[in-house]
Amino acid sequence: MIFPLFPAGAFSERASFAVAAVTGVAFGFVLERGGLGSSRKLAGQFYGTDFTVFKVLFTAIVTAMIGVFALSRAGLMDPGLLAVPNTWLLPQLAGGLLFGVGFVMGGLCPGTGCVAAASGKLDAAALIGGMLAGTLLFGEVYPLVARLYDATPMGRFTLPALLHLPEGVVVLLVAACAGLAFAGLRFLEQSHKPGIDPAAS
Amino acid sequence: MRSYWNPYAAGVGLGLVLLATFAVMGHGIGASGALAAAVAAGENAVAPAHTAANGYFDAYVAGGRDPLASWIVFEVLGIFAGGLLSAALAGRIRRGVEHGPRAATRERMLWALGGGLLMGFASRLARGCTSGQALTGGALLSVGSWVFMIAIFAAGYAVAPLVRRQWT
Repeated sequence: MIFPLFPAGAFSERASFAVAAVTGVAFGFVLERGGLGSSRKLAGQFYGTDFTVFKVLFTAIVTAMIGVFALSRAGLMDPGLLAVPNTWLLPQLAGGLLFGVGFVMGGLCPGTGCVAAASGKLDAAALIGGMLAGTLLFGEVYPLVARLYDATPMGRFTLPALLHLPEGVVVLLVAACAGLAFAGLRFLEQSHKPGIDPAAS
Repeated sequence: MRSYWNPYAAGVGLGLVLLATFAVMGHGIGASGALAAAVAAGENAVAPAHTAANGYFDAYVAGGRDPLASWIVFEVLGIFAGGLLSAALAGRIRRGVEHGPRAATRERMLWALGGGLLMGFASRLARGCTSGQALTGGALLSVGSWVFMIAIFAAGYAVAPLVRRQWT
């Protein structure tokens, strides 16, 4: 097992900060190249005029998922050392619903908001200001939401465990669902030719 | 001004960045966590006693540690730099406010502020945002991350008609 390098002690925490900065640069660069620094393009996802968000997000998920699976199977990566986000069902459901409302209002999410702000978008700067205020607010009212925040803890709970299926089968299923959705989008785009592409180029 | 990458190509690029992050760092990508670190550091500088007594932000400053000495802070600074670099090379840096043809600039600024407020709050409640949960947890097949992601799309589509004037 070679990967993951840092949890196996390959380099110091200080060095990890430099590595994190480099991954951030790559992340921000690709987001901007994909057009995800444009709020109108992102919001188009919710009006059927632009499916960039869906396409980029699920292609990225499938790519990384297959990569992790392949590296693990090849004995190059120890998946047990990867930080899988733990599941807290209720707060993540409530948080997702609230986040979705904020997303369509704001047109950007935290990561894409940083990219939009970097390219001079003042609305993205306002969005970041709002996010800082919302974060502060959460801390201030924490005693009121603590029960929800800590509700339904399920630990490291993954789709293979939920579905009682081998990981390889789930990887195949997720990839197949994404492929079907992409084919459906292609059909939709060709049959409708949505003359309005608000943020083309 | 250069055109954007094909979204599927951008998706593969993003997936490879995420995979490389897993392989090197052992964790994925994040964004909202850096805002929480910034808020904790700011509050601690202004009102340290208040922060230490806060049930949420106390963990960020426990034992006198600096909340900004965290990988996610450096990573998000990198996101700004990477976005700036890409936009500069593509000739896409322009000061302005983006909105649909029917919306006023001030209206858009208020929606952005309000949307940001909700997302800042929601990211703390869900323990992450579209980067740390949807993208990272989605690729690692975490059930909670998938629930979070599906909820975002469901709520987004449900509320979209109410804010349509801003965008189309």
